[in-house]
Amino acid sequence: MHRQFGWQPIAYLFIAPALILFTIFIFIPLFASLFLSFTQYNVIHPPTWVGVTNFRMLLFHDPRFWKALRNTALYVIGVVPIGISTALVLAAAMEELAHGKQLFKVLYFIPTVTSVVAIAAVWKWLFAGEKYGLINYILIQLGLSPVDWLLSPKWILPAIMIMSIWAGLGYNLVFFSAGISTIPQTLYEAAKVDGANWWGRFWHVTVPMLRPTLVFVVVMAVINSFQVFDQVYIMTSGTGEGIGGVLDSGLTLVSYLYDQGFTKFQMGYASAIAYLIFGCVFGLTLVNIRMLRSR
Amino acid sequence: MGRLNWRKLVIVMVLSLGALAMILPYYWMVISSIKPPDELYTYPPRFYVQHPTLKPYIQLFTLLPMARSLFNSLYVASAVTLSNMFLCSLAGYAFAKLRFPGRDTIFLALISAMMIPWQVFLIPGFVIVKQFGWLNTFRALIVPNLAMPFGIFLCRQYIMSIPDGLIEAARIDGYHEFGIYTRVILPLITPALATLAIFTFLSQWNSFVWPLIIVQSGEMRTVPLIIAVLNGQFGANFAMIMAGALVVTLPMLLVFLLFQRQFIRGVFLTSIRE
Repeated sequence: MHRQFGWQPIAYLFIAPALILFTIFIFIPLFASLFLSFTQYNVIHPPTWVGVTNFRMLLFHDPRFWKALRNTALYVIGVVPIGISTALVLAAAMEELAHGKQLFKVLYFIPTVTSVVAIAAVWKWLFAGEKYGLINYILIQLGLSPVDWLLSPKWILPAIMIMSIWAGLGYNLVFFSAGISTIPQTLYEAAKVDGANWWGRFWHVTVPMLRPTLVFVVVMAVINSFQVFDQVYIMTSGTGEGIGGVLDSGLTLVSYLYDQGFTKFQMGYASAIAYLIFGCVFGLTLVNIRMLRSR
Repeated sequence: MGRLNWRKLVIVMVLSLGALAMILPYYWMVISSIKPPDELYTYPPRFYVQHPTLKPYIQLFTLLPMARSLFNSLYVASAVTLSNMFLCSLAGYAFAKLRFPGRDTIFLALISAMMIPWQVFLIPGFVIVKQFGWLNTFRALIVPNLAMPFGIFLCRQYIMSIPDGLIEAARIDGYHEFGIYTRVILPLITPALATLAIFTFLSQWNSFVWPLIIVQSGEMRTVPLIIAVLNGQFGANFAMIMAGALVVTLPMLLVFLLFQRQFIRGVFLTSIRE
């Protein structure tokens, strides 16, 4: 790019549309929500400055926030390790096949192109109460007792987690399968010579060689699952309860934000929640990267 | 040799079992959507349909403005996709190949924005759209998404790999910068544009939260919002809900099956956005 005349002013024209949109819908909102988080604002009246009241309320006097945080943490702790390890084992197994890989990839990938709202609606039907739900029918056939998945405080969160693990499997599987296919075959041959069985090769060759992919997938999975909303909204609503389902047992941080912001119109309070989520995601990402890199 | 085959057999069986678990909910959705009530709410549940009916679909299109919703989704997703293909590649070209003060700073700001959780933009975004008087309009659904940072990033990465010599040659031939963009850059980045188009369309078609807060009337609903309404108001009519889920799913599923390799390859190109 060494040209005799320094720079091209027309470039500003090329980036102008994107930059204007970026300013209005990203840059300004970023600071506007920080400002709003220190105010009380119901959209009708102008915001009034309340200092750190919202944050103090949230952290010290709001059991619903803590419930949402707890549920979100449980959701992440459940979905990320189970989802990723399942995808990893399946991908390692799949990469041993000479034929049929593409077919399996396509089948596992289908939920990735399906609207999460539609998936949640279908799973709501699969999880339906004692009599008609397919999952309870299968449980009964296996000699287990049926569960009132969506109406019992104990089972709603696991139900959402099972659905999310299912929905995310293909995305991670495709990622890992590409990573595994770049591992040199000679490493596996050497491990075989050393007498390593399938699990041995998986633990001592596949997993260490996949570290960069693994770091990336874990970081992204934690970020995404921390912000879970669509499936929670569908699976907890229509049960006759509020947005969190029975006793808020399915309330997550983003659904709490939605509840405060768009059903109660507490926009200042909701902005404070948004910034706490931002902080959590940022912190989790740093911790994740550090932990996965150093080990 | 015998042992090897056994292992392959186990692998194929495990993967097939998993694949069955992937497909079963879709199969259940399809058959539930054509079951009459007495077959739907029966125990034990049946894996086949004795008297298939289209009544859930007829209800879906008559009790709710389903056709209008399909149009809304198609219109919004198409407009956003076309705009992103143009604006993102144009900006991507500037960020990749043109020189101007502030280039790297602005680009860094764009990239950083992709890392911020979307909830942070949600409330001010709603307030801004409301101030513009755009609530419940196509503008609110389309304009904020016209040029997304991810698309600019994707195009920039792709355009960076184009040799500078090609651009220099075009300049010597007397092409203006916009001419270089249309005649040299665009033809060379069609794979990136295809990926961008597929993923923009998919994410707009399936988009839920933004339409949920912007749309207030039945006429303006996008297809995923119809599912939410069915779920809230017709919660007991599972045949109709399954019909709705099928209507949202089917178009994207068909496109995916047609372009499977591009989709799956696109996962890597677009992973940064997730």
